[in-house]
Amino acid sequence: MSNRLARFGNDLHSGRTSYPFVQKRGPWLAVSLALVVISVLIPVIKGGFNLGIDFTGGSEFTVSDVSTTDVSLGERAVAETPGAHEATVTNIAPGTVRVQTQQLDDDQTLTLKNKLQDAYGVGEDQVTSNFVGPTWGQGVTRQALWGLVIFVVLALALMALYFRTWKMSVSAIAAMLFTIVITAGVYSLVGFEITPSAVIGFLTVLSYSLYDSVVVFDKVRENTAGLVDGSAPEERRKRTFGEQVNLAVNQTLVRSINTSVVGILPVGSILFIGAYLLGAGTLKDLSLSLFVGIIVGTLATLFVAAPLYSWLRDREPGVREQTRRVLEHRTGEAPPVSADPVAV
Amino acid sequence: MAAEKKAQTPGSRGGSRWRRTKASGTSEGTPGNGTAAANGTSGRNGTGTAKRRPRSGAAAAASSARKALVALAAVIAILAGVLVYGVTTDRTGWAPKLALDLEGGTQMVLSPTLQGENSGQDISQEQLDQAVEIIRQRVDGAGVSEAEITTQSGRNIVVSMPGVPSSETRELIQTSAQMAFRPVIVSGPGAATPENQRTDPKSIPQPEGEPENSSDPKWVTRDLFARYEALDCSAPRPQEERASQPQDEAIVACDPQSNSKFILGPVEIPGTDIATASYAQATNSQGHATGGFAVNLQFNDEGTQTFKELSERLYGLGQGGQNGARNRFAIVLDGSVVSAPTMNAVITDGRAQITGNFTEDEAKFLSEQLKYGALPVSFSIDSEQQISATLGSNQLRMGIIAGLIGLALVCIYSLFQYRWLGLVTIASLVVAGVVTYLAITLLGWGANYRLSLAGVAGLVVAIGQTADSFIVYFERIRDEIRAGRTIPAAVDHGWQRARQTVLASKAVNLLAAVVLYFVAVGNVRGFAFTLGLTAIADLLVVFLFTHPIMVLLARTRYFGNGARHSGLDPEALDAVPLYRGAGRLRSPEDGDGLTIAERRRRAAQQASAAPSSAAPSSAAEPGGNASVGSTAATARPDSEETQR
Repeated sequence: MSNRLARFGNDLHSGRTSYPFVQKRGPWLAVSLALVVISVLIPVIKGGFNLGIDFTGGSEFTVSDVSTTDVSLGERAVAETPGAHEATVTNIAPGTVRVQTQQLDDDQTLTLKNKLQDAYGVGEDQVTSNFVGPTWGQGVTRQALWGLVIFVVLALALMALYFRTWKMSVSAIAAMLFTIVITAGVYSLVGFEITPSAVIGFLTVLSYSLYDSVVVFDKVRENTAGLVDGSAPEERRKRTFGEQVNLAVNQTLVRSINTSVVGILPVGSILFIGAYLLGAGTLKDLSLSLFVGIIVGTLATLFVAAPLYSWLRDREPGVREQTRRVLEHRTGEAPPVSADPVAV
Repeated sequence: MAAEKKAQTPGSRGGSRWRRTKASGTSEGTPGNGTAAANGTSGRNGTGTAKRRPRSGAAAAASSARKALVALAAVIAILAGVLVYGVTTDRTGWAPKLALDLEGGTQMVLSPTLQGENSGQDISQEQLDQAVEIIRQRVDGAGVSEAEITTQSGRNIVVSMPGVPSSETRELIQTSAQMAFRPVIVSGPGAATPENQRTDPKSIPQPEGEPENSSDPKWVTRDLFARYEALDCSAPRPQEERASQPQDEAIVACDPQSNSKFILGPVEIPGTDIATASYAQATNSQGHATGGFAVNLQFNDEGTQTFKELSERLYGLGQGGQNGARNRFAIVLDGSVVSAPTMNAVITDGRAQITGNFTEDEAKFLSEQLKYGALPVSFSIDSEQQISATLGSNQLRMGIIAGLIGLALVCIYSLFQYRWLGLVTIASLVVAGVVTYLAITLLGWGANYRLSLAGVAGLVVAIGQTADSFIVYFERIRDEIRAGRTIPAAVDHGWQRARQTVLASKAVNLLAAVVLYFVAVGNVRGFAFTLGLTAIADLLVVFLFTHPIMVLLARTRYFGNGARHSGLDPEALDAVPLYRGAGRLRSPEDGDGLTIAERRRRAAQQASAAPSSAAPSSAAEPGGNASVGSTAATARPDSEETQR
């Protein structure tokens, strides 16, 4: 496997194998845009997201180490508690039952807690209660949005300074927004619950997506340096700007694959542990959004950031001129016949 | 072959175009001489004629690599030393401090709201700090140990405590803290009067008739006096005490600062009548600074009027001489006396100055308390989470298991991908882990940082992001090897490029962590903190460990020669030597798009067909749809130099 990937990397590096991320940018960007539109439409059609109680307000009880996960026991316990209704009892993991109700006051919380202990035959330590006022989630959301805005502005500036072109900033940010919208769309489509932990995950995904774009763009910058003003080495000048961008993306493809695998492995193990052994909770919510986001983020760099960047640059007269020169040069000289058929 | 090689060297180094008529099999075995010479070692060579020609550059690189390793060891040793010192002197433990969701307990998020007519206003930071102080006193007073009260994003107050709070504690936390001005009727030292010295209740005359004003000793009933004598100001305050402070009756209260206790008359002026408070250097009547600090108090219209009447009465009582402490008034905040100054003048304009031997901090604190009193705050519980200790430790265990599994998978994957080079990844991860552990444990000690479940998740996620720095670096090295550099040169060049990438990308990570930390609330902060921390640890490790180790490894025979499983094997990487048979050099920029086998065949063909012909043609097709003539790939022996 290693050898094959190394050979794959060799071929990508030399340009022998090449995926047309840039050449087919029209279709890629169109597909991406369509996905964004769909991701925006899904929550509209489905009537929003599956918001956790942190956003809607309410009380939540988690009973762990239960011998039976019969939800009717929990429902009965809620029914017996005066004032508690709107119960949703779910079996979220082996041996774990979650009971959600509307917001209870202190007495009701204690009563229901006791009833749940009795119903499932567990000790006080096995019942966890959580109560959230409806304003809490609003606060979290507002802060998260502020964080997003501040981060985007600062990241735009940072990258524009580093890469010396705002077009890279804009492309990377576009890929990041794509990532976040698609991830949110997946959440809405599957009906995953959105909790503050999931929001943390989303915010991390932003950083991951940009991080990924920066690594790839760094190679792009290297490959395209001096291309437009003609100061690049001769070998490089024989490729058009778009081709150089594409080569850079292909050359870093092995890294992109390795990075997402290495990123996914720990996240996947948290997800597995979180979802199958602990049930819903911080670990699962966080790792699920990261899991989806890392995959989408890596794809976004390849299919959104790089194509968008080359498109933005191709509109510059200098870049157009360079492309025209290269193509002219190519058609002017008959391509040499290669002795061996070379797979493309 | 060795002789041939020697003959080639000057040609290639000189950069002149230099042709050989015979394309021998050396095409792929020949080292990239241009690079090799410049870097002091000759490259990989199957015949084993590699000859080291150490040059100051390489030696300097190795010595700075060693210095970096020593620096890292020093950093770790210092951190570890501090930790060992902390543990042996019993100031901290080996384990990082855990947050509530891992340790079990209750966490309440309180949102403060201003009361009365100011309810729409935002709460200032000072208000919030005062509120935290008051809640801390209440929680401590309620006998809850190890409670932690912090503010969150300048808006909320988070109360974390082990166990489940009683409903009394919960109510106590929520009630608003009021400030009031009450006249002093009786005062004395804070300790409880010993049982045998207490006044017989019967000997106290039960007052007759209604008190004339709030300073009237008739407020002191038998019962009240008994409570006064029994009051011990050093004991935790019972919760009922606060409830038994009705506005229109006399009360008993403590001043914890001066350790004295009082019987106070009914409320004369509510705290809300304070317009503002400030502090300044105290001046005497001649206007000279006395060296101490004073607190200036300004009442609103209503307060000015009441205070005028109060000052007239109290000043008058002070002149009489026989009235004990009755010329003093007490400023009571949340049941405790914060100050009990003597009325030295009749104050008619509502501008009072409280002097005493205040330090600047004391004066500031008192003025802030007074400002707080002007705008009392009440609290509502925004969210409350109760986690049992067993669930907490269960979550911690699961988080650690997830981390170990993730770590193991990453290690296996990097061994797969990078062969023995993967060991460098693993060692770097271990070093990063040690640095992170030390940082978290020390921060727990020094800054009371507590590791939460989100933080643990952040650490596990960071494994991947940390490993990515090594991936970026290794891929760069491989790129350079593919371009035909020798391994030490590839490490050198790869680093120069990877360093930039790593710095730029980690800057984005750090930026995200910092923004998240400062903007976000609750759990998000713990997560952001660990992300930022690991990004820094990662940078530290890449610069001070991974790169130096690579420099040193590149000097070993095994890695330096790119042995088969070293992960740097040029053959496996399809390296194109800078010097390519047929007497031509190529630039490292260019890939000719052929495998070794193809090149060999090509070389053989050309050798037979056109012995002195120029380049083999090739068709690299970048982007999949363009043909590029290899004639463009003319020899550029000096490209190596321009790169440098």
